[in-house]
Amino acid sequence: MITMSMESDIKFIDENGLRIDGRRPDELRHIKIEAGVLENADGSAYVEFGKNKVLAAVYGPRECHPRHLQNPSKAIIQCKYNMMTFSVSDRKRPGPDRRSVEISKIISEALESVVQTELFPRASIDVYMEILQANAGTRCAGLVAASVALADAGVPMKDIIPAIAVGKADGKLLLDLNKEEDNYGQADVPMAIIPKTGEVVLLQMDGHMTQEEFETALDMGIKACYEIYELQKDALKRRYAVETPEVEE
Amino acid sequence: MSRSIISEIRKNHIIELLKKGERMDGRAPMDLRDISIETNVVDSADGSARVRFGKTDVMVGIKLIIGTPFSDTPNKGVLTTGAELIPMGHSDFESGPPGEDAIELARVVDRGIRESGMVDVDKLCITPGESVWMCFIDIYALNYDGNLFDASNLAAVAALKTAVVPAAEAGKGENYPLPVTCTPISVTAAKIANTLILDPTFDEEMIASARLTVTTDENGDLRAMQKGGQGPLTVDEVKAVVNASREKGEEIRNIIG
Repeated sequence: MITMSMESDIKFIDENGLRIDGRRPDELRHIKIEAGVLENADGSAYVEFGKNKVLAAVYGPRECHPRHLQNPSKAIIQCKYNMMTFSVSDRKRPGPDRRSVEISKIISEALESVVQTELFPRASIDVYMEILQANAGTRCAGLVAASVALADAGVPMKDIIPAIAVGKADGKLLLDLNKEEDNYGQADVPMAIIPKTGEVVLLQMDGHMTQEEFETALDMGIKACYEIYELQKDALKRRYAVETPEVEE
Repeated sequence: MSRSIISEIRKNHIIELLKKGERMDGRAPMDLRDISIETNVVDSADGSARVRFGKTDVMVGIKLIIGTPFSDTPNKGVLTTGAELIPMGHSDFESGPPGEDAIELARVVDRGIRESGMVDVDKLCITPGESVWMCFIDIYALNYDGNLFDASNLAAVAALKTAVVPAAEAGKGENYPLPVTCTPISVTAAKIANTLILDPTFDEEMIASARLTVTTDENGDLRAMQKGGQGPLTVDEVKAVVNASREKGEEIRNIIG
């Protein structure tokens, strides 16, 4: 997040109230979700949020390695969020960094809240997210993909988790910031919820927002999460839709 | 890497089929799987491609970055190839720094591209001795079902062919297509119970005693080779693989255009 000193002359909202990519302030980027896109993984998903492209794969429940991480009463969820070297404008150094370790941790924790881990003592459920192309909001796109991939893997879950970020640029709250908005933005609030209960399972914030702005942002984000939730369910239905064969008389 | 095991019954089945000139997926021994190539799959890369050989699925992205040349080649750009066998791709792949399999894969792909002179590194010099374009080829195995060598080679070649040097962004004139001179193609064979097969699947690789990768250019000349596996290959077998590589290399080259 670049702070206010970097504030630019770019206008993020035009006279018609539209953003640089033509969206309204509370409009999501185009979202595409596909379930079951990789062969070896037990479950997988591909997600595009605007220019973000993310693959998620699930392996497990399977034996937990390293063994000292095993929990005798439930499965653990081990998420790995990784950006491919060519996913950003400069080449990213391969391998985990502090940012990706943190994101992996919060995504694991978000998923722990819905996966019925108590059914698989000592096991590990491994979730891999690879960012093929990054354009702000990759952790949310990663979590959206991971949830669909877990469902695709048949892992018992209480619900699927949608996620989205709300940011602030040009002093206005904007849903689902794109890269340009994020670069010059003043705040960013990624969040994820359990749709059935409305509970928040991931929430971060950086930048500068008033309390009122934050509450509005939360509201905007949660509303958008329900939209994304429908797209997630739709992707799974498309994957598992069965055409009833016509019965010959 | 190999934590997987293959059952005796499956192993024997593969061998029995091969005696009749057949394979589990219905191919003849010297057939390749269906190949698909998608290019420009990632906008943030300077070139990219996703290639599938049957169920094997590989993604390659190219990044061109300004750096300093090596002191012994002050007028040449730098070519670097890396590969990651990410855990997404197979249950045997583990996260962490590249292991020996990933390093070998990257080096074999690198060799074919470097030795064929595919990338014209003389044209990647900006200021001799000071700044040149560094071309990073990064390979990710998204789904592993054997023969990562050929899928990675083809993905790298396809990505390089579509790559654009981002000179404008760096204030070094206009963008221009990455200068490429030829199309090196690798073809890999495996030896199972004294039978040679091309484009092995994961199960076939598990029971193969030896492997040979041969990279050719459009003249049918050889540009790189790598033998793997603990078993031996006869001279005739090596020649047969070279022949097959030239022939199949031409077919693959026609797909990529």
